[in-house]
Amino acid sequence: MPLLDRHGAKADLWTRSEGAAIGNLSHALVAWAALPEALAQRSRDQRIGAVLPNTVRMSELKLVMRQLSLIAIGFPSFADGRGFSLARLIRNHGFAGSLRASGPLIPDQFAYALACGFDEVELPQESAARQPVEQWLTALGRISHGYQRGYGDSGNILDRRRAARLKHAAAC
Amino acid sequence: MYRYDEFDERFVRERVAQFRDQVGRRLSGALTEDEFKPLRLKNGVYLQLHAYMLRIAVPYGTLSARQMRQLALIGERYDRGYGHFTTRTNLQFNWPKLRDIPDILDLLADVEMHAIQTSGNCIRNVTADHFAGVAPDEIEDPRPTAELIRQWSSLHPEFDYLPRKFKIAVTGAAHDRAVIKAHDIGLRILRHPDTNEIGYEVVVGGGLGRTPMIGKTVREFLPKADLLAYLEAIMRVYNLEGRRDNKYKARVKILVHEIGTAEFSRRVEEEFARLDGPSVNADPAEVARIAAYFAPPAYEALPATSGAFETAKAGNPDFARWVETNVTPHRQQGYAAATISLKPIGAPPGDASSAQMRLVADLAEAFSLSEIRVTHAQNLVLPHVKLSDLFALWQRLGEAGLATANAGLITDIIACPGLDYCALATARSIPIAQAVAKRFADPARQKEIGVLNVKISGCINACGHHHVGHIGILGLEKRGIESYQITLGGDATETAAIGEILGPGLAAEDVPDAIERIVSVYLAQRRAGESFIDNVRRIGLAPFKAAFQEASHAVA
Repeated sequence: MPLLDRHGAKADLWTRSEGAAIGNLSHALVAWAALPEALAQRSRDQRIGAVLPNTVRMSELKLVMRQLSLIAIGFPSFADGRGFSLARLIRNHGFAGSLRASGPLIPDQFAYALACGFDEVELPQESAARQPVEQWLTALGRISHGYQRGYGDSGNILDRRRAARLKHAAAC
Repeated sequence: MYRYDEFDERFVRERVAQFRDQVGRRLSGALTEDEFKPLRLKNGVYLQLHAYMLRIAVPYGTLSARQMRQLALIGERYDRGYGHFTTRTNLQFNWPKLRDIPDILDLLADVEMHAIQTSGNCIRNVTADHFAGVAPDEIEDPRPTAELIRQWSSLHPEFDYLPRKFKIAVTGAAHDRAVIKAHDIGLRILRHPDTNEIGYEVVVGGGLGRTPMIGKTVREFLPKADLLAYLEAIMRVYNLEGRRDNKYKARVKILVHEIGTAEFSRRVEEEFARLDGPSVNADPAEVARIAAYFAPPAYEALPATSGAFETAKAGNPDFARWVETNVTPHRQQGYAAATISLKPIGAPPGDASSAQMRLVADLAEAFSLSEIRVTHAQNLVLPHVKLSDLFALWQRLGEAGLATANAGLITDIIACPGLDYCALATARSIPIAQAVAKRFADPARQKEIGVLNVKISGCINACGHHHVGHIGILGLEKRGIESYQITLGGDATETAAIGEILGPGLAAEDVPDAIERIVSVYLAQRRAGESFIDNVRRIGLAPFKAAFQEASHAVA
C-alpha cells in the first residue's frame, strides 16, 4: 500500500507477516494478536513492527514497546481520531521508533498526524489514487503554526509569542 | 476586547485558504462527500432543508460594533437581509450559496472573525457569562480563560476527530449565567477557601440532547496555571474511551455516566499527573497578554444615580418597565448593562435584520464603548451604558422595534430554528414560540408572572435547551403529526435541574392553553414574592400535572 512521510512518497521496507510466521524477514510487520509469538521466535538481527488496533491499552503495549522498531496504528476510518491520542501517548511513554498511521486518512489530517508523533502514513490504494502525494504535501503547509504547545517541532504560536516578548525585552 | 495579533490574523487567513482548497478538492472529486462533510462542518457549513447554512463563531458572545456591521453587510450581500443568533451565541445565515462561502469567510477574517469549529465532532465555540466584566458578583472575568481555550482548541491536532461534539463554557461569577452544568466541560472560576488563590471548579459530563444530564464535578479546585494541561488530560481520556459505536451514546456525559464520576476523575488525574504540564500550559506572560485585552474600559467617573434617568423613569411608565426587565446593574458606578430583546412578540426568536444589526452597532458606538454581547438566551446586550444615556438608548431602540421589555419574562422564549429550517427537526419551534408569546403579550400580565424561562426544541437534540427551561417544550413527530411534550422544573443556573415531563404530548394549537393552565396554578398557589421556579420546587409537580391533564382532556 502507498506510504508517505513529510518529504513525500517513500518505499516500504516492511513486510506484513502471516500471523506470527516472520521467517527470515528483515523487517517484519506483525499483527498485535500474533506479536508475543513472533517476538519469541525473532532472531537477533530481525526488526519487528506491530500493527495495533486503536483500542490497545497503554498498560499492555508498554510491556513490549521496547522490542519494537515500528508501531503502525490502524485508523478504521478517517473520522475515528483515537489513533491521534494513542500516538501521543506512545510518544509520551518514550517510544523512539517509527510510528505509522495506517488507514484511509485524508490530506487535511497529515499535519495533525505528524504533530501527534506519527512519522508516516500508509494509505489504501483507493484513497491514494484519488489524493496524490502533492495534495498531501500542499495540505501539510496550509497552516503555518498552530496554537498548541508540545505538538510537533514546527513551532507554535504561543512559543513564538514568547520568543518575540523575550527578544523585545532584551532589546529594551 | 481581544484583538488579533499577526499570528491570529495569519491563522484565520490560512484557514480560509484551506477551506477554499477543500471545496476545490471536493468539486474535483479528490475528496468524497463523506470526507468533505466533516471538513465543511468544522467550518460551520451545514446542509439544511432548503439551502446551506453558515454558522459564524461569536467567541464567548463578544462582538465589536465593527464586527456587527460586517455581519449586517454579509446578511445583506449573501443572505436575505437577516441573521439568526443561536443558543451558543453564534450567528447563523440560512441562505448563503456554497460558492460564496469562502468570500464570506474572507469578509469575516477582515474583522477578526471566523466560522472555525462551529459544528462537527470537535471542540465548539466556547461560551461565557454574557455579563462578563460587568456583573457585580464576578470573582474574575471569564473571557481571558475563554479566549485562551478558543486559541488552544482551534485546529487541535489531537482533538479534531472526537467521538462527538464537545462544548465548553466558563463562568466567573457565583450566579451561573453560562449554563455550565449543561456542558461537556463547565469551568467555574473561584477562590480557594484557604489560600484565596484563583482557580477553577471543573465540571464534566453535562449535556442536553436525548439523554440530558447535569455535569459532575471532577476537580474541586484546579490552579489557574494548570488549565490547558488538565483540559488535555480530559480530552485524551474522552478521545480514547468515549463510545464510537453509537452517536447517541458518544458524548462525554455517557462515558462519565457509564464508568462513574470517581473513575472518570481518576483516569483524568492519572493522565494529568503523567503528562508534562509545563510543556503544555500557556506561560503566565501569555495569560497576562490575553487578560490585558479585557481590562476594564475607560469608564467616566459618574455619580451612582442620575437625575435625568430618574426623571425619565418617573415620567414614562413604558421606559420604567423596560428598565425594570432589561437593565442590569453594572460593577462600575453610574453604568448599567442593557439587554436588547430579540424576542418582539410574534417574531422568530433570535432573528435580527441587517438594518437592526447596523443600528445596534451605531448604538454600541454611541452608548456602550463599541461593545456588544450575544447571550445564550438569543438576545443582545450593550454592556456599558451610562445611566444618563439609557432613556436616549431606549428611544432609539424603540424606533427599530428593539425595545421589547421582556428579558427573562415568559415571552423571552428560547427556540431553535426547528422544522422551518433545520434538517434534523421533527417539529416546528418558531411558530410555537410565536403563539405562546402572543398569548402572553400583555405587558402587565408578563410582569405579574415575573421571571419564567420557556425553552422550545424542535427535536430530541435539544438545541432550544428545553430540558433546563422552567417550562420546556419539545416538538416530536408521531405518525406524521407534530406532538409537543411539556416539561416542568428545569433550571439552567448554578442550581441546574432537568425538567420533568408533565403528561402526554399535545397538538401544536393546544400548547398555549397548556402553558396558560400551568401559569394559573402558579399564580393561584404562589406565596408573596415567590418566583415560578421556586413555587414549582415548593409545591411539586402534582398540582401542575392535574391542571395539565385537565387541559389535555379538554382537547382530547
